[in-house]
Amino acid sequence: MTLAPLTLLGRMTLAFMTLVGSVTMFATQAVVQGFRPPYYRQQIVRQMLEIGYYSLPVVGLTAIFTGMVLALQSYTGFARFSAEAAIPQVVVVSLTRELGPVLAGLMVAGRVGAAMAAEIGTMRVTEQIDALTTLSTDPFRYLVAPRLIAAVLTLPLLVLVADLIGVLGGYLVAVYKLDFNDLTYLKNTIDYLQFDDVFSGVVKAAVFGFLIALMGCYQGYNSKGGAQGVGAATTAAVVSASILILTFNYFLTEAFFAR
Amino acid sequence: MNAALTKISLKGVRKSFGPKKVLDGIDVEVDAGQSLVIIGGSGSGKSVLLKCILGLLRPEAGSVRIDGEETVGINGTDRARVMKKFGMLFQGGALFDSLRVWQNVAFGPIQADGVPAPKAKEIALAKLGAVGLPPEVGELYPAELSGGMQKRVSLARAIAREPEIIFFDEPTTGLDPIMADVINDLIVKCVRDLGATAISITHDMASARKISDRVAMIYEGKLIWQGATAEIDQSNDPYVDQFIHGRAEGPIKMQVRKL
Repeated sequence: MTLAPLTLLGRMTLAFMTLVGSVTMFATQAVVQGFRPPYYRQQIVRQMLEIGYYSLPVVGLTAIFTGMVLALQSYTGFARFSAEAAIPQVVVVSLTRELGPVLAGLMVAGRVGAAMAAEIGTMRVTEQIDALTTLSTDPFRYLVAPRLIAAVLTLPLLVLVADLIGVLGGYLVAVYKLDFNDLTYLKNTIDYLQFDDVFSGVVKAAVFGFLIALMGCYQGYNSKGGAQGVGAATTAAVVSASILILTFNYFLTEAFFAR
Repeated sequence: MNAALTKISLKGVRKSFGPKKVLDGIDVEVDAGQSLVIIGGSGSGKSVLLKCILGLLRPEAGSVRIDGEETVGINGTDRARVMKKFGMLFQGGALFDSLRVWQNVAFGPIQADGVPAPKAKEIALAKLGAVGLPPEVGELYPAELSGGMQKRVSLARAIAREPEIIFFDEPTTGLDPIMADVINDLIVKCVRDLGATAISITHDMASARKISDRVAMIYEGKLIWQGATAEIDQSNDPYVDQFIHGRAEGPIKMQVRKL
């Protein structure tokens, strides 16, 4: 019995490694197939609308309130050592480097990742994926690759919009509540912003988009056992994408930081 | 037509899921233009056998030859070429619910064969007509159709690419007796019109008698009897007798657990 914890540890390690392996193989197959014709352009456009356009309200609301609270919280903190003037820079740098991509990523994971897992999962349990194969259509090319491509292309655009809306939120609070001069606020926002701040956020967004679509498709593709299985796949897609986003966020930040 | 021409030939096909042997050495041959029905209880491996022939599942051992060509383990363009010979009617219909009925039927011609959409729509409407559906149905979505209509659409999709081999997975399950007979008639007509080879799996004896030239019975992963449909009542096999008369008492015991 003394070995029980070790047995458990071993079993969990093996299960984890199996998962990493099968996700990696899935991703490889999706990328390889995605680069081969035929390209399903209609599918890519449809997914871009779904991921980008229809996520705008959710991401926009998240961004504006984040920008607003950021200005307010920084003010309360910075006022203690008379550094209120730094608020525009703090707001814009926090948003572009960190909060824009992470929050947009998490919101899209909840919205789009879940929908992908549920749709592909239902297609799996109702044999629609098998039907695709019998119609000589590779499910990786038709279902998975368009979602991956659309997510990688769309999330950066979504994050740029989120950055703008977030800065607007900070601006509104700073100017109308904290009595900042509006032109000075905008000038400070732009003057201290570096290309790398925005660029690193956009790269993060592309990676997060890949992770969201990958987990949504992987979990859906491998779901089994009817409605319950699809439910479990949906949950797993959102949870795993969220964890991966936060993990990759750290390592990407470190990589940019080291430059 | 050369009656001796073997279209599909299986030798020693084995497939297990974990410790459970689902197919335990299946040998069967189907001549060109012949219609074979495989009967057997739920969970006896009928669906798995079809999926092994289709290449959706890969058997661990044995050979599956289509027109004399070994198909176990082929991939990519070879698989796509062989797949073009197949049409499949799935048990639940497996219609793509995001597409209109005509787009479902035209899916194979458009996506796999590159037929332009207007021409493919003509083909689709013609095939819908062949299964007794008016062109208006083409504009509906699968969810708007009754079960019997969905089966017909699925049949139209299965024959849209004029396959040489058609598989029917429990074509009459879940239909009322009249609609079941309508589907049986359509199957006979479509198979005859195309001159196709057919393999069906069913546990509906009325359907089996109507659509088959030959019957094979699968039990515990083995084919325990096969012969001409006319001989099935004189099989002198206690398993076959129990099954075709639907008796609870006999050598076949109810399987409580799913595979």
